[in-house]
This record gives sequence, structure tokens and C-alpha cells, in this order.
Amino acid sequence: MNPVSLLVFDGLLLVSIAGLAWASLATTDARRSVILFMAFGLVLAVAWGRLLAPDVALAEAAIGAGLSGALLLAAAHRQPRPLPPASTNAPRNHGAAGVGVVLRWAVTLLCAALAGILAWALLHAFDSAPHDMLPQAISANLATSGVSNPVTAVLLNFRAYDTLLELAVLLTAVLGILALGPATPGYQPAGPVFDGLIRWLVPVLILTAGYLLWVGAHAPGGAFQAGAMLAAAGVVLRLAGRSRIGLPDGIVLRIVMAAGMGVFLLVGLSLLLLGRPFLGYPPDWAGSLILLIETAAMLSIAATLLLAFLGGRPESTGDKAAAKRQREAIS
Amino acid sequence: MLTTQILYGLTACVLVALGLRGALLHASLLQRIVAINVMGAGVFLLLIAVAYRGPGLAPDPVPHALVLTGIVVAVSATALALALARRLHAERDDD
Repeated sequence: MNPVSLLVFDGLLLVSIAGLAWASLATTDARRSVILFMAFGLVLAVAWGRLLAPDVALAEAAIGAGLSGALLLAAAHRQPRPLPPASTNAPRNHGAAGVGVVLRWAVTLLCAALAGILAWALLHAFDSAPHDMLPQAISANLATSGVSNPVTAVLLNFRAYDTLLELAVLLTAVLGILALGPATPGYQPAGPVFDGLIRWLVPVLILTAGYLLWVGAHAPGGAFQAGAMLAAAGVVLRLAGRSRIGLPDGIVLRIVMAAGMGVFLLVGLSLLLLGRPFLGYPPDWAGSLILLIETAAMLSIAATLLLAFLGGRPESTGDKAAAKRQREAIS
Repeated sequence: MLTTQILYGLTACVLVALGLRGALLHASLLQRIVAINVMGAGVFLLLIAVAYRGPGLAPDPVPHALVLTGIVVAVSATALALALARRLHAERDDD
């Protein structure tokens, strides 16, 4: 592609990104805002592809636009009417209409000033040549990392500590969600067309998850994208009104939730016992250890994202029986 | 200094500012959460623009790994925020 048409493409892409973001935030209709945000995420995935970041593009399309969109849309659906004005006379709670025009302009000007300062700092930073010591170190050590995709090598070998803590963040977030109450009520059973579609779609999603997990070692893909695909299978089943969406029950669910972090920690600590640094894999085993950790991480990520979509503690069969006994005891 | 980097980097600054404005001015909690996500997207775009090295050249994989981590953390934070907002609405309806 010649440089001019590429520049035109960049311009169109960036105008759509900024335009969709603006449109999504300018409306006060929650559902419209969420749908525009999902479109924004999908266009952003094209931008990641343009900037040669296919791993990020996959994750953005599956997680950023897909699952975030599903979460937000479900929340917008539950909230059809606007908030009733709070009875307290705190003007900030009265919403956009209550905020004075002066304050709105002041905030807008401040945000514009922030954008200006950021842009200035950015241009200043771009002015100096990039110090490419880190990428050089990565390509020099890629052979010993056990994988040939540099992004996977950074995530699970060179900076494995970050990913371990990321799994801890996921676990903490899902524990918070579970602590906040029971799951949202399920959906109506799907019609024959959607029901027929999910019979085809769910196996394909599970297969794609397995493929992405395996291919992450040498091409774009990995545990995050694979976990998002598995979670998407569960979300589709839930939307179709199925009561069983592939989430295990009781203690098994707890084990699956903690598996990603648990296996990661076990591998790290076992290596310490063998006299190696924490998470410093021996080059011969690195590939297998990374696959082991990624498999556990994929299951944890899928369970976490699915629980996040449920929005609370799923009603297990044990709970149902207990609730029934309680109702009988009362009556 | 590449034109592509500058174009995408400047758009990232616009997204951060738009998101911050939305988060400060919107009344609905849901839309504040959307606004914070737009702000996050701006940060991701900035990092990926910094990692770009030009057509045909391998980009810096470290910011890519950071953004991947960031996307997953952002979705879990969004889910927690939505659960908190739902509980807040439920408590308010009880009053």
C-alpha cells in the first residue's frame, strides 16, 4: 500500500475511533452508550492490527469489545429507567442537568488542557530516538524462553511475575463480585433458531479456545484470548436461557477459580526448591511449564469472566435444596 | 519519529481527555464506567503507538504484553464496578 493511501486509512480510522468515543459519552441513553462503546472496541481492534499488535487485537475483540460489551449491555438492560433524583440536596448527585454550566465548561477546559499537556509530553518523548535495549534483550533470549512468540515469552517467562499478580487481581475481583450477592436472574429459553445456532457455536468456541491456547507459543494467541473464548461459550449458553452453562459447582468451582494462580505459584515454588530463581524456568522445560501454567490460567480466566457475567454467586444445587427446605419449614 | 506514532499518540491523548470528562460529568454510574473504559483505551493506544517501529519492523513486545495484561485487568475491574453499582441501586431502591 502506498504511503498516501495508508495515511488516508489512518486518518479515517482515528476519526472513527475518536468519533465513536465522543458519541458514546455524549449521549445520556445508557444502552446507546454501551452499544457505541462496543463499536468503539471493534474499531480499536482494527487499529491494533494496523500497529502490528495482533495479540492485542485478538484480546480486544474478545475481551475489550466482546465480554466487556456483554457485561455492560446486561447492566444497561437491568437499568431501563434513569436514576431517580436523590432526596439529599447534594447537587453532584443530581446528574449532568444539575451540574452548573460553568462547572461543565471548567471541567471541559481542564480536560482539554490535560490532553494538550499529554500531547506535548508525548511529542517531546518521541523526539528522542527510542532506546531499544529491551526488545534487543528479548530477541537475544527468545530461544531459551520455551516459546517463539515474543509477547507470550514476555507474559509467561521474562515478566511472569506480572502475569501471576494479574491472576491475583482477577481472583480478587471475582471474590468481590461473589461477596456482593447472588447472580442475576437468567434469561428466557431461546427460540429454535438461536437454539440451533448455539449447538454449532458452542463447540466451535471451545475448539477455538483450545487452538488459541496451543498456538500462543509461536503465533498470536494465548491463555487470555483462549479463556475469553471459553467464557464466551458460557455467555452464549446463558443468553440462550440454559440453566447449565458449563460452570462447575461447589468446591470444583473454587478449585478452578484458584487454579491459575495456584499452579503458577506451585511451579514458582517448586523451582525455588530445585535451587532456581522464583519462576526461572530451566530452558529445557520452559515450553512445557508455560503450557501447563497457561492451561490452568485459561480455565481460571474463563470461570472468572463467566462469574463476572453472572454478576454474583451462582445458585448451586445444594443452595436450591436448602432454600426449598427453608420454604417448606416456613409454610 | 514516525508520523503514524504521532497520529495514533495524539488520538490516545484525545481519548484520555474525553474519558476523564465523561467520568467527571456523567450522572449515571454505568456511563461513568464506560467513560473510564474509554480512558483506559486511550492509555492502551498510547502504549501500542510507542511500541510501533514502522512498517515491516518488529514492534517492541513489552508494551504489547502490558496492554494484554491491562485489558484483562480492565475487564475484571469493570465487572466489579458493575456489581457494586447494581448493589448500590438495590440498596437505594430499598429506602
